[in-house]
Amino acid sequence: MAGTLTAGLLLLADSRLPSGGHGHSGGVEALVERGLIATTADLEVFLDGRLRTSGTVPAAAAAAACGLAAHPDREPEPDWASWDEAVSARTPSAALRAASRAQGAALLRTVTLAWPGPAVEALRALGGVHHPLVLGVAAAAAGGTPLDAAGLALHHMIGGACTAAVRLLGLDPLAVAAVAARAGRRAEAVARTAGDAAAAAVADADPALLPGESSPLHDVLAQLHDSSEATLFAS
Amino acid sequence: MHRDDAFDLMTAHPPLAAGPAGPLRVGIGGPVGGGKTALVAALCKALGSELSIVVVTNDIYTTEDADFLRRHGVLPDERIRAVRTGCCPHTAIRDDITANLDAVEDLVARHDPDLVLVESGGDNLTATFSYGLVHAQIFVLDVAGGDKVPRKGGPGVTRSDLLVINKIDLAPLVGADLDVMRGDAEKVRDGRPTVLVSLRDQPDAAPIAEWITTQVRTRRAG
Repeated sequence: MAGTLTAGLLLLADSRLPSGGHGHSGGVEALVERGLIATTADLEVFLDGRLRTSGTVPAAAAAAACGLAAHPDREPEPDWASWDEAVSARTPSAALRAASRAQGAALLRTVTLAWPGPAVEALRALGGVHHPLVLGVAAAAAGGTPLDAAGLALHHMIGGACTAAVRLLGLDPLAVAAVAARAGRRAEAVARTAGDAAAAAVADADPALLPGESSPLHDVLAQLHDSSEATLFAS
Repeated sequence: MHRDDAFDLMTAHPPLAAGPAGPLRVGIGGPVGGGKTALVAALCKALGSELSIVVVTNDIYTTEDADFLRRHGVLPDERIRAVRTGCCPHTAIRDDITANLDAVEDLVARHDPDLVLVESGGDNLTATFSYGLVHAQIFVLDVAGGDKVPRKGGPGVTRSDLLVINKIDLAPLVGADLDVMRGDAEKVRDGRPTVLVSLRDQPDAAPIAEWITTQVRTRRAG
């Protein structure tokens, strides 16, 4: 596939873009609190597991949203609510659904100003949609492909977890950057698989075809984190 | 209280009119331990009978903090929202204000307040609020942090709309020279007001409450 690294996609990949991400640890804080992540090696194992399991859900949702938004003249118009419900159905933890919707709302604020368009307006009208859908729509507006959108979703999953681990554990940030680079290479295959599934789902206009892998421990810890006292990250 | 009565917030920040809509939003920032939470509690108590107030806190918020505010009869729980900033309090008030915007807008929609206070998590002298989030900001220092702090400057000291130097009752105990602190602050603040206060001795935070009341009135008039 030809490179589509537009300036817009670079912005969307940049964690400095206001999107609320800095307040979320991607599950890392709950694991650190329980001593389940203590080292750079632990972080790498955690990321590997996340990418292979629940990583496919946001990646495929972002890819699907990008595919849907890239053809605004598609008939019938995308039923965004049903795609949003499909993400909810694949996110069993209520705390993680809330975290996803909060980050979706945050990113949508920025996207509305930076890449306005009909798909963005459709998501705004729906209100409180999941983060991967906003990311996918933004990726399309920024000139990206569904595969780019899937890659962005995984990039932020990796980046958010790595940054949180550095802040919480004082890990060597250079060593963590190397972890992120290796995880990023592993994410490419995950993005392709998620992109293929999303393409099939979009072709059939059927959100039920999105992949539904999960990480039960991640879900359980997210619930415990949400009810615990004095946490530093929202999730 | 020392201040320049001619100081007008609307002139100091002309983008205000184009800033966030709705009720006046005041950010309260400053280093850890300076008295931000005590100031929020004092303001809510002093102004609560005449103004409808909501508070967004970015501090590590525990049931202990909630109890503190409740015990002091300050605000009911539903008017306080805690935003977790992922160990980066300055990011949440400056570079990526989205989570705080969500909290502010939600509280405004629910309570239709006259005043929104956004309390930053304790940070360093370089922390400052974005005027996309607040209309005005108060920076709180304390005397025990050292009387050289105003000279060091930083955007909180130089550019805040009101500088509060708290705990002046401790000055003799920590060897701080209040005249030096006031003089240094005035040198870098370009006419913006500075208040020296002891919230312990003045639990009604009278000069600061008065300043806020003026801002609320100005915004209503604008």
